[in-house]
Amino acid sequence: MVESRLVRVLLRMAAWLTIAFMWAPLIVIAVYAFNASRSQSWPIRGLTLDWFARAAADGSVRDALLASVLAACGATLLALLLGTLTAIAVARFRFFGRGTISFLVVLPIALPGIVTGMALSTTFRTFGIDLGLATVIVGHATFCVVLAYNNVVARLRRLSRTYEEASMDLGADTWATFRRVLLPGMRSALLSGGLLAFALSFDEVIVTSFTAGAGTQTMPLWVLANFSRPNAIPVVNVVALALIVISIVPVYVAQRFGGEAVAVTR
Amino acid sequence: MTRGASDTGVPRASGDAPRRLAGALWRRPRLGRWLLLALPLGWLAIVYLGSLAVLFLNAFWSLDPFTGQVVRELTLDNFVHLATTEVFRTITLRTLGIAALVTVACALIAFPIAYYMARIASRRTRAMMLIAVLLPLWSSYLVKIYAWRTILGGNGLLDWLLAPFGLASPGFGELAIWLVFTYLWLPYMILPIYTALDRLPASLLEASADLGARSGFTFRRVILPIMIPAVAAGSIFTFSLTIGDYITPRLVSNTKFIGNVVYENVGVAGNIPLAAAFSLVPVVVMIGYLFAARRIGAFDSL
Repeated sequence: MVESRLVRVLLRMAAWLTIAFMWAPLIVIAVYAFNASRSQSWPIRGLTLDWFARAAADGSVRDALLASVLAACGATLLALLLGTLTAIAVARFRFFGRGTISFLVVLPIALPGIVTGMALSTTFRTFGIDLGLATVIVGHATFCVVLAYNNVVARLRRLSRTYEEASMDLGADTWATFRRVLLPGMRSALLSGGLLAFALSFDEVIVTSFTAGAGTQTMPLWVLANFSRPNAIPVVNVVALALIVISIVPVYVAQRFGGEAVAVTR
Repeated sequence: MTRGASDTGVPRASGDAPRRLAGALWRRPRLGRWLLLALPLGWLAIVYLGSLAVLFLNAFWSLDPFTGQVVRELTLDNFVHLATTEVFRTITLRTLGIAALVTVACALIAFPIAYYMARIASRRTRAMMLIAVLLPLWSSYLVKIYAWRTILGGNGLLDWLLAPFGLASPGFGELAIWLVFTYLWLPYMILPIYTALDRLPASLLEASADLGARSGFTFRRVILPIMIPAVAAGSIFTFSLTIGDYITPRLVSNTKFIGNVVYENVGVAGNIPLAAAFSLVPVVVMIGYLFAARRIGAFDSL
């Protein structure tokens, strides 16, 4: 089917309009972060950098940033460990129930967020485990496993097994082969999987709100607690811009490293 | 490859424990692979499936109205209460109805851009557009909702844009929820449709034209059939993410979704068994949805 000229022009307009629609809110928030006025009315009256200083000096924002970084690092490391082990087993061995494993890995992210959050929160309460940073990390790691797994398993499927066989034929044992052959082969997949897991964990709010308890506040939870307080609005705008940057940059880098799972699993 | 390193005549460090362990595992591949899987499967099975089981169990427990303690005896009271209370029925229907409308809107908006990217755009434009679709998808979810709150709110961007036409922003409410959800999940619909159209060989369309089909006929008979599984795949995300959300209704309306009731009952109201029972509704709906989607062939398009 050869599209008529008119159809092509209309489609092109629709495509760019859709992209403008997708970017407009992000740009609006970025602009508000520099808003000189305290009110959220559009258009903004003047530009200032004051709110960045105010945000940096705010103790609760700094605490939230620290909590978010700790949670995201902890969750990323755990997810990488669990995801890589699963990926090696699935990509390098055949065994009963292999097909079920990828299903099990995707489940925490495939089920609605309130279900995962509610299930974890109920379990922690039922067993008398105090909610805090540790329970947030457990929750995040559980749904981040799939990002590490998808990236590593896709890489291992493309990585020829002959290198591992050659390594072992040359006298390297399992550990040496892992360290010298498998690990260098997986390195960029681990990096992009880790970056995606970090970005997802840093930004997550639904499961976090169920597992954080009263004393723990990550950056998104801080925004959630302050978005309706008129006094806090300018600082919320700055934190919002920071959240956009912190969530986009790792993904952009992961994409450059050839992350396989960027598109599918979010 | 015949045997492990230790049997090939290569000199090995004797008394090297890790190496001996490696050899032992090599000779017992079954043990090796289960050791690999023990940690991740243990985690997912115990932490995750275990939690789902606890959630399921809680839904059949009840709350003692006087002491506020959970009574660990099996009962169907929560479900009866949910099914017979008008408010909960309304909330369930609202959640599912808006999820369906969001799915339809996403499919309609996603098609033109996906078609343009897959079949008309140059290589460079296509690569640029893909990134332009992916980055908003990954940028902070909460911030995107917050951004819409400021856009839709009084004296916001929308009021400013519509003022010359004598119109105003619809403000907060169900319309706002629908708009924000459509915005949030749109990339999930664009990507599978784009992939499906990208895979469609141009020769099929040419053959259809050569055989005398007009554009509209080709669209109905060639493009639409391959689109349906792709739209079904995208709709899994748009539908599931909408019914599992409680942040969007909270930020851009006063109305409630299933998630809001669940969250309030975990926190302020403190009725975990009721919250657990209500949170099973999205699970049951999604399981049914996934089975239906699989019949349409959605999983081949993921």
